[in-house]
Amino acid sequence: MALLQNNFPTFLQGFGYTLLSSIIALIGSMILGTGFAIMQIVPQKWIQKIGNIYVQVFRNIPLLIITFFFFLVVSKYIKMSGFTSGTVALMLYTSAFIAETVRAGILAVNTGQMEGARANGLSFAQAMRYIVLPQAFRISLPSLGNQFINLVKNSSILAFVGGLDLMYQGNMIAANTFDTFSTYIIVAIFYLILTLPLSYYIQHLERKLKRAA
Amino acid sequence: MVTLGIFSAFTPQNVLYLLGGLGITVGVSIISVILSLIFGSIVGIIQFERLPYFSKFVGTINNVIRNLPLLLIIFFVYFALPKIGIHLPIFWATVIAMSTFESAMLAEIVRGGLESVDIGQFEGARANGLSNMQTMIYIILPQAYKKMIPPIISQLISLVKDTSLAMGIVLSEMTYRGQIVYAQNSTYIIPVLIAITLVYFLLNYGLSLIARWADHKLA
Repeated sequence: MALLQNNFPTFLQGFGYTLLSSIIALIGSMILGTGFAIMQIVPQKWIQKIGNIYVQVFRNIPLLIITFFFFLVVSKYIKMSGFTSGTVALMLYTSAFIAETVRAGILAVNTGQMEGARANGLSFAQAMRYIVLPQAFRISLPSLGNQFINLVKNSSILAFVGGLDLMYQGNMIAANTFDTFSTYIIVAIFYLILTLPLSYYIQHLERKLKRAA
Repeated sequence: MVTLGIFSAFTPQNVLYLLGGLGITVGVSIISVILSLIFGSIVGIIQFERLPYFSKFVGTINNVIRNLPLLLIIFFVYFALPKIGIHLPIFWATVIAMSTFESAMLAEIVRGGLESVDIGQFEGARANGLSNMQTMIYIILPQAYKKMIPPIISQLISLVKDTSLAMGIVLSEMTYRGQIVYAQNSTYIIPVLIAITLVYFLLNYGLSLIARWADHKLA
C-alpha cells in the first residue's frame, strides 16, 4: 500500500511514542497502584481511607478529564508537554485500577501466610514484601495483563493533547491524505501488534490457572 | 481572580448548556448500554456454544475489536465509514462505535459468566427434557447473569466515562461543552473541570454503589 509506504516513518514514530508512553505509565502505575493497594490493607484506618478515596475518585472519572487537568491547569505551573501530561494522567488513572487488582490479589492470599510470617518475626512491611505480594502478583497476573492492554488502548488519549502518539499521527495522516479508511485500518493494525499477542497470552494464562485450581 | 472565576463561570446560561451536555452523555450511554447488552449477550452465547468455525470466527473478530482503542473505533465509524458510503450523524456514529466496542467487552463477560455455571445444570435441564434453547434461556442465563452483574456494572461505568471520547468527533456532550464554556475565559478552566469531574464522579460512584449492593444481595 502506497499510503503505508509514504507515511511509514510517521506511523513508526507514533508507534514509538505510544509504546514509550505505555511503558512509562505501566511502570509508574504498577508502583503507585501497589502502593495504594497496600494502603488499603494496612491496619491504620486513616491510611486505608486515603487509599480508598484515591482509588474511588480516579476510577470514576474519565481519563480525558484527568488529561485536560494536567494539560490545561498543571502545565501552567509546571512546564509539561502534551505527551508528558497525557502520560502522567494515564499513569494516575491506571494506578487506581491496578490498586484494585493488586488489593484483590492480596486478599486472595490465604491470611495464614501473613499470620505465619508475622509469627516468625517479620515486620508487616517485610511480610508484605517477601511473603504476601509475590503470591498476590501471581494470582492477579491475568487481570494485571488486562489492565496493561487497557493502558495501551487508553494511551490513544494522547491524541487529544498533541501527544504525537499513534492515534495522533493517524489523525494527521488521515487529514493530509483524505484516505481515512486505509489510514485507520493501518493504525488499528499497529495497535493490534501491541495488544493482541498480550491478550492471547492472558487467555492462555487464565486457562492454565483454572486448570491448576 | 480564581474565586471570581468560580462564581462567574456558572451563569444560568452556562449551567443549562452543561446540563444539556450531560443529557447527551446520558443518552448516548443508555442507548449504547441497551444495544451492547443485546449484542454482547448474543456474541457471548455464540462463543460459548462452540459452533464449528462460526464461533471461532466470531471470537476472533471479538478479540480484534476488544483490543482496539475505543477512540480509534469512534474515528473509524465517523471518518472512515463515509468512504464506503455509510454516512452517520455524529450522535449515531458515537452510539454505534460505543455499542460495537462495549458489545465485544460484554461478550467476554457473558462468556465468562456462562462458563462459570456448573455443567451439571446443563445436563440436569437437558435430562429433564428441555431443549438446548430452553436450557439456555430458563436455566443457564439467569444463573450466569447473577454472577455477571458486578462486572457488567463496572463495564457500564467505563462506558459512561468513555462517552467523553466522543468529543474527538465533536459530539456536543458534557466534556465538549465544558471546553466550549472555558474557552470563553481562562479563569473558568478550573471551576468547570471540577464541576464536570464531580458530575461524572457522582454518576459513576452511584453506579458502583449499585454494583456493590447487587454483589451483596446476590452473592
